[in-house]
Amino acid sequence: MFNSSLKELSAQLADRKISSVELTREFLKRVDELNPVLNAFVTVDPEASLDQARIADAMISSGRAGPLTGIPVAQKDIFCAKNWVTTCGSKMLSNFVSPYDAHVIERFNAAGAVNLGKTNMDEFAMGSSNETSFFGPVKNPWDIKAVPGGSSGGSAAAVAARMAPAATGTDTGGSIRQPAALCGISGIKPTYGLVSRYGMIAFASSLDQGGPMAKSAEDLAILLNAMAGFDKRDSTSLERQPEDYTRDLEQPLAGLRIGIPKEYFAQGLSPDVEKAVQAAISEYEKLGAAIVEVSLPNTRLSIPVYYVLAPAEASSNLSRYDGVRYGHRSANYRDLAEMYENSRAEGFGSEVKRRIMVGTYVLSHGYYDAYYMQAQKLRRLIARDFAESFEKCDVIMGPTSPSTAFDLGEKGDDPVQMYLSDIYTIAVNLAGLPGMSIPAGFGDNGRPVGLQIIGNYFSEAKMLNVAHQYQKATDWHVRMPNI
Amino acid sequence: MSISLSDVRRIASLSRIAVSDAEAEATRVQLSRIFSLIEEMQAVDTSGIAPMSHAQEIVLRLRSDTVTETDQHEAFQKGAPQVEAALYLVPKVIE
Repeated sequence: MFNSSLKELSAQLADRKISSVELTREFLKRVDELNPVLNAFVTVDPEASLDQARIADAMISSGRAGPLTGIPVAQKDIFCAKNWVTTCGSKMLSNFVSPYDAHVIERFNAAGAVNLGKTNMDEFAMGSSNETSFFGPVKNPWDIKAVPGGSSGGSAAAVAARMAPAATGTDTGGSIRQPAALCGISGIKPTYGLVSRYGMIAFASSLDQGGPMAKSAEDLAILLNAMAGFDKRDSTSLERQPEDYTRDLEQPLAGLRIGIPKEYFAQGLSPDVEKAVQAAISEYEKLGAAIVEVSLPNTRLSIPVYYVLAPAEASSNLSRYDGVRYGHRSANYRDLAEMYENSRAEGFGSEVKRRIMVGTYVLSHGYYDAYYMQAQKLRRLIARDFAESFEKCDVIMGPTSPSTAFDLGEKGDDPVQMYLSDIYTIAVNLAGLPGMSIPAGFGDNGRPVGLQIIGNYFSEAKMLNVAHQYQKATDWHVRMPNI
Repeated sequence: MSISLSDVRRIASLSRIAVSDAEAEATRVQLSRIFSLIEEMQAVDTSGIAPMSHAQEIVLRLRSDTVTETDQHEAFQKGAPQVEAALYLVPKVIE
C-alpha cells in the first residue's frame, strides 16, 4: 500500500477495500514511526486529519468522489492552513495559527483530500538542503547522513520514505526539483502563474511557484489538476482555460526533439551524475526521441542574477514580520525601533537575515541601477536563451543537481558554496518556465540522481507525458529506501 | 567585493534587524562573499535590453471599487502579540 500509486489508492477507496479513515491511520502510523529519524514533519494533527478522512468517506459513499478524495497529502509548511500552525520553518512563525486557507489548501479540501500534516522546510524557503529550518534538519531517507535537499526537503523525504503518497512543495530557485532529485522522487514546478500564491507565504514573488511532489509523473498530473487554476486573489494568477494534465500521458514519444544544453554538461558536474543522466537520455533515444544540441550561454550568470533578485524581493516580502500583528515579538525593547530590530533579529535565522540584508543593499539608493536593474535586464537575456532553444527542440533535459545529496553540515559556513549548486534549476524560475525532476538512477554513493526536464510555457502535459513514458520503460521511480 | 563594518550597520538598520557588535564582523565577511558572487554580473553589457520582471506580458487586473472583505478582526487578532479594543499595541513613538 505504501508503494501504491494515487490511481491504485483511489480504486481501493472506491471499491471499499479500505476507507479513508483506515488509509489515513496507516500513513499516520508510518509518520509516527519514521518522523523521529527523518524529521520530515513539523506538525501532525491526527484528529484534524481523521476528521477530513471521515468527510472524504462520506463523499465516497455518496458517489461524489474525485481522483484525490480520501487521499492523504502532506502539505509543505509554507501553505497557510486554517487552524493549523503554519511555521514556514521559522521561529518567527513558530506559534502562528493560520486563520485562513491558502488557495492550494482550499483546492485540496474541495477535492476531498486529507491534510496529513505540515512538512519541514528551509526557513522561509531559503535554502537547498533543509538545514536552515528552525525545527532542525530533515534527513535523506536514502542515507540519514545526507541532506534531502531544499527547501521542500520535508515533503521530498516524506514521499521518498512513503510516509505520504503525495506532498506539495514550492520552487523559487529549484526547491521542488532539487529535493525531488536528491530523494529519488518526482516533482514539478509549473509555469509561473499556474498555481495561485494566495496563502503561500511569500519569499520572492516573481519566482515562487507551488507544485506537487509524488512517486511518479502520473501522480503529479493528477495532483496538478487539483492545484492549478485561476484565483483572482493572486494578482499574478493566469486566467486560462482549465487543462487536464493527464490527457497526453500515453502519447508515444516518436519524433520528440530533446535539447541538451552543452553548458549543463561542463565543469562542475559530478561524473556519476553525468553517467546516470546520459543513460537516461539514451533511454529516450530508444523510445524514439531525437537529440539536439542547444546552448544556454547565460547559464552561469543565472546565479548572481538570482542572488540579487530573490533577496531583493525577499527583503520586501519579509518586512511584514515586525512583531506587530502576528509572529514573534521580542520581550526586550525600549522603543518601537528596537521592537522591530530585536523581534526580527531573534525571529529569523542567519540565512534569512543574510538574504534580507543583501536584498536591502541592492535596492538601496545608489545601488538599485547597478544591481537590481542590471539583474532584471540579464533576466531577459536568460529567458531569451530558452526561447531560442525551444525553436529547435520540444523539451530540454539535463541533470537537476551537479551532484547527488551532500552530507549534512558539509556545505558549512560558506553560503556561496550552497548557492552554486542551484546552477541548473535557477534559470528556469527566472524565465518563468515549467521544470520537473524525475529519478534517473543512483550515484557512486548510492544516493539518487535526478533528470531535469524543462518545457516551454504551459507545456506541462507534454512534459508529464515525456516523464511518464520513461517511467513505463524504467523502474527508478518505484525504488524505495531501506528505512 | 568587500564591504565595511559601517556598511553592515547601515544595511542592518535599513533592514530593521539588530546586528550585535559580536556578530557584525562575521556578517561583514559573509555578505562580502555574496557580493563578490554578484559582482560577476556587472561586467556584462546590457545596453538596449529592457528589464524583465515577468515572463508573460500581462497587465495588473482591475476590479470595481466596492467593499468585498468582511470584518474578521477577531479571528485575525487571536494570535496577535498585544491587542486592546481591536487595536494592535506597540511602544509609543515620541518625536
